Amino acid sequence: MTTLIRSLIRRSWPVGLVVLALAVSACAEEETGRSADDPIRIAMVGPSASNDLAFTQSMVDSLNRLGQEYNIEVDITDGTFVIEDAAVAIRGYAEDGFDIVLAHGSQFGGSLSEIAPDYPDTYFAWGTSRDTFGLSNVYSYSVKSDQGGYINGAMAAHLTESGTIGVVGPIEVGDIKAYIDGFVAGVASVDSSITVNVNYIDSFSDVALAAEAAQAHIEAGADVLTGVSQMTVGATGVAREHGVLWFGSQSDQTPLGEEIVVASQIYNWDYQLGQIVEDLLAGEQNGRVITADFSNGGLTMAYNPNFALDADVREAADAVQAGITDGSISTGIE
Amino acid sequence: MSDFFTVSVLLATLAAGIRLATPFLLAALGETLGQRSGVLNLGVEGVMLLGAYGAYYATLRTESVLLGIVIGLAVGGAMGIVYGVVTLALKAEQGISGIGIFIFGLGLSDLLFQKQVGTPTPIDGLGDLAIPVLGDLPWVGEVLFHQNVLVYVAFLLVPAMWYLINRTPFGMNVRAVGETPEAADSLGVSVNRTRYITIFVGNALAGLAGASLALELGIFQQNLTNGHGFIAVALVYFGAWRPVGVMAGSMVFGLVSAMVLQWKTLGIVVGTTASIVGMFPAVLTILVLVLVSRRTGSPSALTRPFERGH
Repeated sequence: MTTLIRSLIRRSWPVGLVVLALAVSACAEEETGRSADDPIRIAMVGPSASNDLAFTQSMVDSLNRLGQEYNIEVDITDGTFVIEDAAVAIRGYAEDGFDIVLAHGSQFGGSLSEIAPDYPDTYFAWGTSRDTFGLSNVYSYSVKSDQGGYINGAMAAHLTESGTIGVVGPIEVGDIKAYIDGFVAGVASVDSSITVNVNYIDSFSDVALAAEAAQAHIEAGADVLTGVSQMTVGATGVAREHGVLWFGSQSDQTPLGEEIVVASQIYNWDYQLGQIVEDLLAGEQNGRVITADFSNGGLTMAYNPNFALDADVREAADAVQAGITDGSISTGIE
Repeated sequence: MSDFFTVSVLLATLAAGIRLATPFLLAALGETLGQRSGVLNLGVEGVMLLGAYGAYYATLRTESVLLGIVIGLAVGGAMGIVYGVVTLALKAEQGISGIGIFIFGLGLSDLLFQKQVGTPTPIDGLGDLAIPVLGDLPWVGEVLFHQNVLVYVAFLLVPAMWYLINRTPFGMNVRAVGETPEAADSLGVSVNRTRYITIFVGNALAGLAGASLALELGIFQQNLTNGHGFIAVALVYFGAWRPVGVMAGSMVFGLVSAMVLQWKTLGIVVGTTASIVGMFPAVLTILVLVLVSRRTGSPSALTRPFERGH
């Protein structure tokens, strides 16, 4: 078996002698180097659960796919919604001699900018972001999430009967904002008279608040909803209860409601991970921003096979996706 | 802003406020009872998480919401026994022990979820229960009497808790051991037995609060409660250790949260303004806590372990 994937969910961190032992281990690694037969050791620090059907899971799924192409060993620390905990994990992995350390969250950038200079031989990557701090061992990854948002929005515009659509967002930043702006633009591209109510609840994790936001949208007349991040499990519950259609992003959210989920934009980090791994194998550090989109396979659409999507709507969505991919359609979002 | 001041939106906001207030109210009522007997439990959040997971998992496996409620209560009660042993028998410092209970609950609920369930799987949770006649009343009927069963339980517990604390011999013992445990002991009241009971009941209600959250949402995921337990502890201070005050605090918190959500949904506040307005519930709680702390005192023996002869 050439591929070894070990996903170990860490909950606590060794201190004192254990850290010292890890440091010694890392030094030994440096002296001996990594032979071609050794697996590439990749560590990931994620803000929410590995199976959140959203941001963290999208990276876990990509790592699993990466393991089919490369000889890798993966270690995961998830649920680090406290940034200080994530910083300890990131530094711990670097100390432990991991080849690539993924800080999977835009909130981890501050910590990474302090840690990365201390470990020049370690390849760090973080996102979504467009900042490498001027360091050659730091890669940042981003997605053109507005593209999938645009496709979802176009479909939502075709499917709404009330003429009102609701969006449940967490915090107005990065790929979240891009997705929602793209979604609004996609709706307008089909019918600019449709009302799109956008509600950022200022939390990535408050499921109860997300549920009430969805409820508020429905009471305001929305018959189609979308949302981003792990808190949307609350919103999808309300959507299911009211039979309101749902469009997802980041991961395939069909399991959250087979009767209401129409489609999801999926983040495939395979593209970015592949580039970093290739740099590592070539012995080069070219810290840079790597952006995924539909044209390079970093974004894909997943359609719920159990939802009877009108063939015309699906055809229109495919046409929009093709236009975005070949550049003939622009979302208008920078 | 005129969009907000319509009957339908105002009623929807009130209904949302009641739903949002319910988990806070259940947990805070339980914590009120504990604190009136002199026991502070900062682990409410952890107990809520375990109660939420227990209720969710039981409902997922059996499709019985009633069993889920019972399991939520039982898990909370069991955690109460653990906390009682730690703080009363072993006399561990209450603040630190509570934080330990929180971390334990956070970790164990997530571990069990990962091992037993994995991917978030929806369940059919609590549906609305319309109260005959009252549910048909114009305006208020839809808002007040078309809620899930735990909403009714939570609000009925307010007068029940008031009666228990202020009108029963047990309540008198609770107040006595919370103010002057030495005097209560000299009169033959078992201080630790009284505290064991309040901790058990208080934690059972925390477990029920978690269950209400999971069963209302029909889902569980890591850290589902997202700080509800800590806010519940703050609401006990907000309510000056009185059930009615705690209810008022829970409703203010729930209503302000619901109002802000409606404003954002209707586009009344957007961008940075919306983010600032989103802080209203927390800011309001802090302001009231400052005011309350100046006019009323906590139970005299709060956080103080009892040892006969000391």
